[in-house]
Amino acid sequence: MPHSTAAPILEVRNVRKQYAAHTALDGVSLAVPEQSIFGLLGPNGAGKTSLIRIITQITGADAGEVFFRGVKLNPSHIADIGYLPEERGLYKKMKVGEQLIYLAQLRGLSRADAVQRIKKWLDRFDIKAWAEKNVEDLSKGMQQKVQFVATVLHEPKLIILDEPFSGFDPINANLIKDEILRLKQEGAAIIFSTHRMESVEEMCDSIALINRSRKVLDGPVMAIRNQFKNNTYEVEGQGKLMVVHPDFEVVEQRERENDHFYARIQLHAGTTPNDLLRYLIGRVEVHAFREQVPSINEIFIRRVCETMPETLHETANALL
Amino acid sequence: MASKFLLVAQREYLTRVRKKAFIVLTLLVPFIIAGFGVLIGKLASSDDSTEIVDVRDTSGLGIATRLTQMSTPQLQFLPVTGSLAEAKHNFQKDKHAGLLYLPEGLDVQDPKGAQFFGKGNISLSKEDRVKKALTDAFAELKMQKSGLTQTQLDQLRAKVPLNSVSLDETGKEKGSNSGVTTGIASVLAVLIYFFIFLYGVQIMRGVGEEKSSRVMEVMLSAVKPFDLMMGKIVGIAAVGLTQFLLWGLLSWGATAVVVPLVMQDELAKAKTEVAATNPSADAASATVADQATASAEQMNPAKRANVISGAFEKASELNIPIWTIVFGFLAYFLGGYLLYGALFGAVGAAVDDQTDTQQFMFPITMPLILSYVLGFSVILRNPDGPVAFWMSMIPFTSPVAMVIRLPFGVPAWQLAVSIGLLIVGFVGTVWVAARIYRVGILMYGKKVTYRELSKWMFYKG
Repeated sequence: MPHSTAAPILEVRNVRKQYAAHTALDGVSLAVPEQSIFGLLGPNGAGKTSLIRIITQITGADAGEVFFRGVKLNPSHIADIGYLPEERGLYKKMKVGEQLIYLAQLRGLSRADAVQRIKKWLDRFDIKAWAEKNVEDLSKGMQQKVQFVATVLHEPKLIILDEPFSGFDPINANLIKDEILRLKQEGAAIIFSTHRMESVEEMCDSIALINRSRKVLDGPVMAIRNQFKNNTYEVEGQGKLMVVHPDFEVVEQRERENDHFYARIQLHAGTTPNDLLRYLIGRVEVHAFREQVPSINEIFIRRVCETMPETLHETANALL
Repeated sequence: MASKFLLVAQREYLTRVRKKAFIVLTLLVPFIIAGFGVLIGKLASSDDSTEIVDVRDTSGLGIATRLTQMSTPQLQFLPVTGSLAEAKHNFQKDKHAGLLYLPEGLDVQDPKGAQFFGKGNISLSKEDRVKKALTDAFAELKMQKSGLTQTQLDQLRAKVPLNSVSLDETGKEKGSNSGVTTGIASVLAVLIYFFIFLYGVQIMRGVGEEKSSRVMEVMLSAVKPFDLMMGKIVGIAAVGLTQFLLWGLLSWGATAVVVPLVMQDELAKAKTEVAATNPSADAASATVADQATASAEQMNPAKRANVISGAFEKASELNIPIWTIVFGFLAYFLGGYLLYGALFGAVGAAVDDQTDTQQFMFPITMPLILSYVLGFSVILRNPDGPVAFWMSMIPFTSPVAMVIRLPFGVPAWQLAVSIGLLIVGFVGTVWVAARIYRVGILMYGKKVTYRELSKWMFYKG
């Protein structure tokens, strides 16, 4: 990845957070590269929100440190960070325009600058006519747009979006998606926090997986997927597929109508996909042939299952 | 950051001041106050005017004559003739306040059977006054029967005027007016009590709204919880002060316009009426009416300045420590509001649902209500007693208790200790409240108990 070697915009080192009897974060470390989209993934209750609240300085870590561009996180960084919480909310009885100005001012923007940028953003989202309306008079989707504007208005260098697409219809979700990509183009780094990996997989440059308060996996998306691929190929075609070969193993095979088939075939070490193709061509008519790279979702499920307590228990026993 | 605190306070202030409800309430209340002023003025003037009671005396004991002699400017007895039915009939037509009927064969030793008729319900005080006059009349009658002459009786009647004089430490004598002092004390206490209640609850609601609308998380990523809480408390205090100031100015203006308009002919009427119906008490009632006219004239804008300086002069004549009251009031007003405001904010933060606030409201409002109730029942009567002393020392009760004591004069050391404790008190409650607030505002879906709250005190950042 182009950015992984450069200094990260955000670095989390060994962060711990304890709530009464519950450990929310247990020694989590990660680095978010500059000008990239970073997926913070994990099931509900994994500790994502706890980590975000530490990065946004809503709460402090019990142990560990967070660095923003090499400087220990401090209140001056509030102006550099934009945060869209999962639980969306604005002051209901406040006008859209005033509310945006207020939130921008709290993040260090001057009133004049805020007014100018609000104009631009409301134009872009086609909600200019709503500036003088109270937030409570807006539809839910409209409120979401306003809140998105509030998140990015002060042109933060790091934008944290918690479940960014929940509550948006597909059209607006796409609109937001385009805006996020544009913000990245303009130089911002974006953290997506979600438990719905398929929604962000295509957009993320790198990810970190969090489960049960611990980071279980992180790195650039492509590297992770390649790391988890296991030499399996998907084949679709016509004919009677009968694989009898010591180097190939059929993981899954499904017959379809009109003599069609779908199969997943794993290659044993030392075999190339071309060997498989050559073998197949003589026997069936091949319509599709591609390497099966696991989705982040599959990797995630696999890793989460691996780190289930029972498994941990076994590992511990084995070590003793 | 100070600027953020100011931004928060500014928002809290502006959004509230611009609300329609605020504007309507601010404009409406002065007229209600002015209306009350007129009403009270009317009632007072009717109170001052003479009440006439018809007396139909068929007892043959000469009670009616005696009662007539006992007439005061407020209560006149008028003997009437004819049968009881006629007297009743006439009474129903005239404007008199009551009809006293003394039946035939009334026994001096055991006078039973006297009747008093009124229009509608007879007030206790009216009945008391008539009863007292009747009792006196019978007493005189008995004394005369036992051998005293009328001259001796007249000599027995004594009028003792009582002049209240306050003696200060230097031995200087000053006029004292417990009525004025009590009045000032009551007004100050009511102001503080209502201010804390009205605007304290607004703080609680405001926090609750932020929590339920989930705007809190966005806010907290930009502002420290303490700034958010104090900004809200200060902003709402400014709203309250604005409202009180406007109410004061507008009701002054409204009273100045409304009262003289309504009262002028009222007064003229009262004067002629009194003069016509009661020639004997003419002088006394004329003074009453004059005074009323004078007080109405004081509302004249041109004379306002004089009124204020006059009030100050009067206050110092009456030995009321005016500057101590002004500064003390401000100190207790602010201190009390901050102390309770922080607690109300903490309650708003601790609960999810406005309906759950009750269990936490009770212990907070208890000392406030207690100081108000005891203030009016005990402290006002004995402003230097032990209840007054201790309640004016405890920070939770001192804002109301001490302002009640202020007009009566409080030793400087007590004032100093009390204000010192109040400062300690509000710093302490703000600290506790800030901790509850910080944890509570991000806590959803949890039934909060006192145990839980006490744990929050010790949560780390």
